[in-house]
Order: sequence, then C-alpha cells, then structure tokens
Amino acid sequence: MKKEKIRNLIDIKDFSVKEIDELIKVANDIITNREKYSHKCDGKILATLFFEPSTRTRLSFESAMLRLGGKVLGFSEAGSSSTAKGETLGDTIETVSGYADIIAMRHPKEGAPVVASKRASVPIINAGDGGHNHPTQTLTDLLTISREKKRLNNLTIGLCGDLKFGRTIHSIISAMSRYDNIKFILISPDELKLPDYTITEVLEKNNIEYVETNNLEEYMSDLDILYMTRVQKERFFNEADYLRLKDYYILDRKKLDNAKKDLCIMHPLPRVSEINPDVDDDPRAKYFTQAHNGVYIRMALILKLLEVK
Amino acid sequence: MNIDTIENGYVIDHITSGNAIKIYRLLDLENIECQVALITNVKSKKTKTKDLLKIGKLIDIDLDKIAFIDPDVTVNVVKNNKIIKKQKLQLPEKLINVCKCNNPRCITSIERNLDQVFNLTDKDKKIYRCHYCETTLEKDKFLY
Repeated sequence: MKKEKIRNLIDIKDFSVKEIDELIKVANDIITNREKYSHKCDGKILATLFFEPSTRTRLSFESAMLRLGGKVLGFSEAGSSSTAKGETLGDTIETVSGYADIIAMRHPKEGAPVVASKRASVPIINAGDGGHNHPTQTLTDLLTISREKKRLNNLTIGLCGDLKFGRTIHSIISAMSRYDNIKFILISPDELKLPDYTITEVLEKNNIEYVETNNLEEYMSDLDILYMTRVQKERFFNEADYLRLKDYYILDRKKLDNAKKDLCIMHPLPRVSEINPDVDDDPRAKYFTQAHNGVYIRMALILKLLEVK
Repeated sequence: MNIDTIENGYVIDHITSGNAIKIYRLLDLENIECQVALITNVKSKKTKTKDLLKIGKLIDIDLDKIAFIDPDVTVNVVKNNKIIKKQKLQLPEKLINVCKCNNPRCITSIERNLDQVFNLTDKDKKIYRCHYCETTLEKDKFLY
C-alpha cells in the first residue's frame, strides 16, 4: 500500500526555492567533505528504471547512490524490462517498489512519472519524461550556476538550440523564473521556438523579460550564461526535419569574441556538433564541470527524499 | 415546427448554436432508449439563435461534460410536466474521461486502465491541460 507523505521529484516546481537552496547547500558540503557522506545510505537500494537509453543521467544516479554507500539495481532500456512483455508501467512500478527504497525513472512518454508516483510506495525521481521535464538536470544546472556565478539572481541567460522539445530548457526556465531579475535570450530556429504556453504561462505570467531571436551572436555580449542544447533526433517524427535543423547552431571560439570574460557556457550533454571542441579549452566552458556536479546534487536529492540526515 | 413537450426529462436550453450536436455526441445520446430532440438555430432574444436539446427521460447525465462544451447553458429538469429545477453550470475544475489527450508522446497513449484527466489551468481563457503531460486540450479535437 502507498505510504503517507512520500516526497517525489516529478517537476522542479515540486520543490520550493528554499528547498532547492538547501539541496545546493548540501551538494556543496558533499563536494568539500565527501568522506562524511560515504556511508549515509548503507543498506539502501536505488532502482534505476530507464525505459529510454541514457548514459549520463543513469550513471550519475548510480554513482550518486554508490558514493553514499548504497546499492543499485535496474535496467537501461525498455527491451530488457517486462514492458517488452506488455506489462503496464503502473504494475512495473508497484513491483519494483518492493525491491528498492527509491526509484529514479526515465521514460519516453510524457507524464509517465505522474503515473509511477501514484502506484509507488517509495519516492520517485523523474529522470526525464519525453520532451516534458528533467528536474534533476535542472538541479544540476542550478548547482552549476550557483557555484560559477555565486548567485541565482540578476542573470541574463541565453538558451540556444531546441527550445521546443528540449525538456532541460522547459525545466530551467520554470526554475529560474522564481529568482529575481532574470532575463532570457531565447535563441532557436523558428521551427524549434519555445512553446507558446511556456511563454504565456511561465515568462509572461511571472513578468520575466525575454527576447526571441534566431541569431546566436546578436546578444552574445549581454550573456552571463549561455546554455547550449542538442537538437534531439528522437523527438522528431520526420528525419528530414531533423537533418535540416541539427547543425543550425555551432558555437566556436570565434563566436565567443564578444562574450563576457566571466560567461558560463553550459550544455546538458551529450553534445553532437553544437559546440565545437575548440571551445573545450576555454575557461568559460563549464559543461563537463556541470556533468560532474550532477552526481553531487543527486546525492543531496537522494538524502532528502530518503530523509537521511 | 412543433416538438412535443416532455413529461419527465431534461430541456437543455441556451446552447450556443452549433454546440448541441457536440453535447449530443459527448453524452452519447444516440444510444439511449428514449425520445431526444436536437433543435438548432432556434430564435433567441439574447443571442439571435441558439440550440436546444430535449431528453425524454431522467437519465444520469454528466453535467461536467455539458459544462465543458458550453458552460452558459441552462439545464431544466422536468418532472410530471413541470420544470422543478433550473440548473446553471460552471466550467469544471477537472475533466475525467471526457476527452483524450492527443499528444502522441503522452503516457495516456500507451498505459492501459488510466483515466484521461484534464485540469482547468486558466479559468479566464478556459484552458485545460492534460494532468500527465500538460498538453493543452484542443477543444475542437476531443476524441470522445
């Protein structure tokens, strides 16, 4: 039976700004005092249920739990789960709830974590649901911004690439809209613009300043953060559209000529061609640091949801 | 045109022209065993024209479905040839199994035994979103 008051992370808005600040504080403490946390989850099991392939997110969850002293079980594609035999998601989740203390789930269908949370008797973490939400990526992004810029307010943030299907984009806009004096520069081809509802119900509703452009360099000198994204092949029904749009933006050293000295360049990874490798040596490139931060914030999240002090 | 009065049942009045057929379909009135009159483009003082639905039996009707299509209608309940109740409707906060989500990426497209749920997220603009994937419900494309 479902326990009372189980906390889940389905959408970044499930957590208050205060709770996110606390998670960032714990993650920072983990970074400086890793040994202190290495047995916090002894005897606990994390199930990683990945109905859609992912390397980074799954491994970072597994690394997070292992670094906390816990154990991990799970699958990395739907083909190796009972889904291939026709089992519903709800049944899979109810079963796995008896095998693990916490579940991190990625699913290609949007809203799948809502279904999972109704059936689970342990906390559910949304590790990405289709083009919808990816809240732990957002927590990773917030930790990275907080560490690199020493603040989460007063920022001009450029979001570039697939703003239509990019779940990391929707989540980070939703999260950053709760901080003061945030301005977004939305850089995308017309076909991959931010959905109207995100503009009306998040940006305009919260009086957030934004500009839409399809020119990557136009506002480069204004940016404190440049968040690049990949055009995701798996989100297109038509391959011709994907091929036409995949190389629309390629960030290279030259395009950074007018950028601020303390610009923070981020990317949820994996990248394909949207960031030229010649940017990697630039001290402003923070995407690998960002990927590493993902482990620490997930450690903090697991501790919070399992109520481990 | 003469339509008989009804002894027991409902008269759904003040339906915006064109909406009666949608209510008829959504309530699945073609499969009930009683007289149903669907009258369109009736002269109206307020709106020039309106639609009207008469159902000749006191069946269970889902008022949320009617309100979803047209919250401005009046549902008159008729018993023994008398109107015993005039019911005004309100846009429902939640729609359960009234519409299907038409986002092919939504979990409702594959998960069996799952209620189709939409939440009213903007009362002024009458916007409903899928409870699961948050896709906006396109009112003219509902599938039930």
